[in-house]
Amino acid sequence: MARPVQYNITDKPLEKPYSIVQGPEGYTGEGFFASKLSDVVGLARKNSIWPLPFATSCCGIEFMALMASHYDLARFGSERVSFTPRQCDLLMVIGTIAKKMAPVVKQVYLQMAEPRWVLAMGACASSGGIFDTYSVLQGIDQVIPVDVYVPGCPPRPEAVIDGFLRVQELVGNESLRRRNSPRYKELMETYGIQ
Amino acid sequence: MALTNEIIRGKLIEKFGEQLTGWEEPYGMLTFTSDKNLNLKVLQYLYDDAELEFRFMTDLCAVHYPDEEGKELAVVYHLHNLQENVRIRYKIFTDIKKPDVFSAYALFSAANWMERETYDFFGVNFVGHPNLKRILNVDEMEYFPLRKEYPLEDQKRTDKDDEMFGRD
Repeated sequence: MARPVQYNITDKPLEKPYSIVQGPEGYTGEGFFASKLSDVVGLARKNSIWPLPFATSCCGIEFMALMASHYDLARFGSERVSFTPRQCDLLMVIGTIAKKMAPVVKQVYLQMAEPRWVLAMGACASSGGIFDTYSVLQGIDQVIPVDVYVPGCPPRPEAVIDGFLRVQELVGNESLRRRNSPRYKELMETYGIQ
Repeated sequence: MALTNEIIRGKLIEKFGEQLTGWEEPYGMLTFTSDKNLNLKVLQYLYDDAELEFRFMTDLCAVHYPDEEGKELAVVYHLHNLQENVRIRYKIFTDIKKPDVFSAYALFSAANWMERETYDFFGVNFVGHPNLKRILNVDEMEYFPLRKEYPLEDQKRTDKDDEMFGRD
């Protein structure tokens, strides 16, 4: 039996037969369009974020649901999940990170090219979760900077999509010079990353 | 003829006499104890004897008894006779201040990693082990986490306020 939720009982017509991202603001004339480069770059970046899933445990199962047809993260331009850090923009750390695994997470982060973002999925990646113990890293922000935390044990795929949209927001609005700023360098310095 | 606990016990007493103590059979598994410096002799005899043939070390671990002064750490060997499908348990106790125990690596290759694990978690110093270093925990760890004096939680944390968790 179908659940009596809004989308099952009321027919919701598509707003448009196709879906396309709103273009940036700018001046349009005959044969030209003028806008800020940063807006265009931001638009391009945020709609083609390539995630690198670093899945270690049960949240990884939830991530599979997220990538599969029902929740379908590909709708947000992240069809291509990659397992090589060089080509990825978003490191998704999914699951418990043991202290012994911490250098590996850091290594993967270092191998990613700038600009790079990090999403911590699940309570364990965010804070150690229920594993308040000698062997578990108490949140991955002890070894790498994190942009978005998605708590939950495990978080629902909708929650991760919400977190992902927040990453998109960050990516789209980020200044092109942010990665050269003293503040960013200082942040990296606190993690011992040059 | 099946290898019964009585036969094993008889043979061990015949060989080592009063040096083996603490005989019990919890759930039918023959268990005994000896002085810690006798461990290799006992294991070697169990391995070599034509009738006993305990040639498979299924487990090696330690237990911490903080109240037993002078014998805080127990090292436990589980041995298996594959032909007769019989298992026995052999314990030795050591002082936690000087936890030196002879390594069984020369006799059982399986002891290599299991002794490293036991060292890692309880700090038992296996004399004669070829590569006694941490195996499961991070190398930087400064203590032996399964000893009872250490609480389960990471003691070096600064981000969790104890008050919020109802601890003093």
